[in-house]
Amino acid sequence: MSYRTVVGLEIHVQLMTKTKAFCSCRADVFELPPNTAICPVCTGQPGALPIVNSSMIDYAVKIALALNCVIHEYSRFDRKNYFYPDLPKGYQITQYFYPVATDGYLNIDVDGQIKKIRIRRLHIEEDAGKLIHEGDSITQAQYSLVDMNRCGIPLVEIVTEPDLSSPREARIFVEKLRSILRYLDVSSGDMEKGALRCDANISVVDELKGIQSNRVEVKNMNSFRFIEKALEYEEQRIIEVLKSGGTVEKETRGWDLATKTTVSMRGKEEESDYRYFPEPDIPPIIISQDRIDQIRSALVELPDQKIDRFVTQYRIPKYDATVLAANKEIADFYEECVKLIDKPKEVSNWIMTEMLREMKQLETEQINISPAHLVELFFLMEKGEISIKMAKEIFPEIFKTGKMPKQIIEEKGMRQISDEKVIEEIIKKAMTQNPKAVEQYKSGKTNILGYFVGQVMKETKGSANPQIVNEIARRLLEG
Amino acid sequence: MFEKMTIEDCLNSDRERLIEESLERIKTIDPLIKSFITVAQEVALKEGPYKGIPIAVKDNITTKGLRTTCASKILENYIPPYDATCVKRLKDYGFAIVGKTNMDEFAMGSSTERSAFFTTRNPWNTQCVPGGSSGGSAAAVASGQVIAALGSDTGGSVRQPASFCGVVGFKPTYGLVSRYGLIAFASSLDQVGPITKSVRDAALIMDIIAGRDPFDSTTVRRKIDFLSQLEEDIAGMRFAIPEEVYEYEQLDEEVAQRFDEAIKLAEKLGAIVQRVRIPTMRFAVATYYVIAPAEASSNLARYDGVKYGLRVEENGLKGTYMKTRNIGFGEEVRRRIVLGTFTLSAAYYEAYFNKAQKVRMLLSKDVNQVLEKFDAILTPTSPVPAFKIGSVSDPLTYYLMDVFTVPANLVGIPAISIPFGFAHDLPVGLQIMGKRFEDAKVLRIARSFEKKSSYNENGRIPIPVVRI
Repeated sequence: MSYRTVVGLEIHVQLMTKTKAFCSCRADVFELPPNTAICPVCTGQPGALPIVNSSMIDYAVKIALALNCVIHEYSRFDRKNYFYPDLPKGYQITQYFYPVATDGYLNIDVDGQIKKIRIRRLHIEEDAGKLIHEGDSITQAQYSLVDMNRCGIPLVEIVTEPDLSSPREARIFVEKLRSILRYLDVSSGDMEKGALRCDANISVVDELKGIQSNRVEVKNMNSFRFIEKALEYEEQRIIEVLKSGGTVEKETRGWDLATKTTVSMRGKEEESDYRYFPEPDIPPIIISQDRIDQIRSALVELPDQKIDRFVTQYRIPKYDATVLAANKEIADFYEECVKLIDKPKEVSNWIMTEMLREMKQLETEQINISPAHLVELFFLMEKGEISIKMAKEIFPEIFKTGKMPKQIIEEKGMRQISDEKVIEEIIKKAMTQNPKAVEQYKSGKTNILGYFVGQVMKETKGSANPQIVNEIARRLLEG
Repeated sequence: MFEKMTIEDCLNSDRERLIEESLERIKTIDPLIKSFITVAQEVALKEGPYKGIPIAVKDNITTKGLRTTCASKILENYIPPYDATCVKRLKDYGFAIVGKTNMDEFAMGSSTERSAFFTTRNPWNTQCVPGGSSGGSAAAVASGQVIAALGSDTGGSVRQPASFCGVVGFKPTYGLVSRYGLIAFASSLDQVGPITKSVRDAALIMDIIAGRDPFDSTTVRRKIDFLSQLEEDIAGMRFAIPEEVYEYEQLDEEVAQRFDEAIKLAEKLGAIVQRVRIPTMRFAVATYYVIAPAEASSNLARYDGVKYGLRVEENGLKGTYMKTRNIGFGEEVRRRIVLGTFTLSAAYYEAYFNKAQKVRMLLSKDVNQVLEKFDAILTPTSPVPAFKIGSVSDPLTYYLMDVFTVPANLVGIPAISIPFGFAHDLPVGLQIMGKRFEDAKVLRIARSFEKKSSYNENGRIPIPVVRI
């Protein structure tokens, strides 16, 4: 490969604090009617002043700890000055000169290989409002309306070093980050709702010529899939430019959903000078070691720690542990189940295949059932009342309706045939119909057993207890 | 006589009549003085220890439901949805706000000539400016239209007009009075302060408006007793006189004479007076005119025609922004926005803004060092008395007149201006600066001068006779 891709990310995370960053308006504004969660402070009324929400600082420290950052005792807010109708004060309160944390890292798992992605900085800032354009697009609109509900919602911005070397790695990083944010219970991490927003800087190195392209900033990637798609597109576009001997413009491009391409948003000459300077309305933020220690000691177990524990405690493969731990709710569900069913690997298999498939199909992240459902299902299988196949058949319905397995079995009249006589009859019939197969078995080709088991399953439409079928078939063939 | 009454005098008079008398006086006198931008239509009589005492508020301090313009076209019709903390506290104590006073637009100026609406007249000589930017408040108090007023002081905007109009003006320690509701000019320098007819009145108002405010995180949790030591003498105190005062070329001779008399009085009262050098003081004005416009350029960005205030539509968003701000802001405000935008730009940040911050630190160090050894620093409030309206047109000359007042803002220390005689038949102010949080001591020193000044009668400052 003569081309090497270099990606760095800037990620904005909306914090789920009760109130906004600098006033007492509620911060949970999603789907509220426009301009109903506002006050003189967040709408930039003349004379209003910001007050720091201290739980916002705690949330940022939590994230910084989870990302292995150095947390600074002294940090400060600054003003980033620019004009836009969604920015009522004409400046955004952010941390430019002295961010709350720097120099962290996050390990990601790329096909079983652990890769360390360094975090350059983590800082706190406020969100801007929302513009609603009355018309098809911003250029066609007759007029635009401003909704200031979102103004002042606390954000944490996380900036990585350019340590990612593919669009896929970028996606894996953001997925892992979201998992951590949810573990910490500091953000919904919902990309579709804008609670997690990701911009990327991408460049490509031509290894043969030893040159690196200019950096291109890519925006508007509002799902994990789009992060990968947009960066794949952009990576190819840059390589094409390099191949043709052209220069890659230093610019900002946006992912366009309709054309599945990136389009230029602004070039270098339009770069703004934000005139950063210390926010005089807010004294410096001092975070004591005590406060950091307190937050650290209250920190929940994070995905990596959980994976290690699952591997040692439940003796399941690391792959299983990784899949389960990716989502805290699923990991918790797993542990609840294992407490009641002492079959860690079987439960893991069931969750990873049957349950995750259902969740994906229903496009939900909610676990609609309780551990009791799975416990009952496993109990029925163990008792031989239903086969694995039957269990798999009814699971979607269990998951969708929340009905207990027993109830569904009864409603459907499903019951595993464990009656040995019935099974014997079928096998005997098959043996007389196919004496050649019997001969084969007796001459040592014992795997022909499967044929007889298959015949039983066919006759009983899969409702025979496979274990009993196996036993009887072996006994009859050997006898 | 209403026009000579202090807050103390009001406490012993018929409270039911005071608001009416004030409104009456405004009606007859103010067409000549022009200190009010807005006079309240109805003023409710509210209970409280200071029930019914009429005061005025500078028009850059928000008053719920009462128009607040900053003397700017851009906020000409702005009605605030909330009371500033200092306003709320005064109302809670029964004070009655009868109107909003004229000022230089967004407090940028020293004469009220930069008001977008009109220039206020000096009650001692209506050909002259009242000073600024709180010129309307100072003139309204001096001409007896209200008992007291609130102003704001960013580089001398309470003290200089108080000096020009012959009244008391106090700028508290930064962080003592809430800025919530004070429409920001330069946030790290702005402070609300009282303009009154006596030092005791200033202390009375401070007692109410000072204190920690959960809505302003730059306020401090510190209880100051403004009143109990007020009448104590100053024998044995040490006062510093900066040599730089005498080196200032534009120092008016008669102002210098009054200043020397004040020093003699101090000595007579048992104080020890000594000349000192504060070398960084000569950079104060330059430093101020980097920092204040920089902060202002950001603070004034919110006036964009989107949410409130003036909007003049033009092609597209950018066109509307430009037109609105071009028409909405006056020349001086635009000059300072351009200055501040320049000094904050990436290419000049180090050379100007950051350097000014460093000089500010050095000046603070110098001044605080002097205040370690002295109880106060004395200077004239302004090098000159009130000047004729329209007589100063060069911005630099205009800015340089702030030479004695800006250091207190840059350092964040308390400073007061009290009347001390006359120059060219116009009032002269004496400035007393003290240590951070020694506001009570500054007031006590001021009270001693007020009591013993030969220009006062029974410790009362003279009030001009304004006739139509």
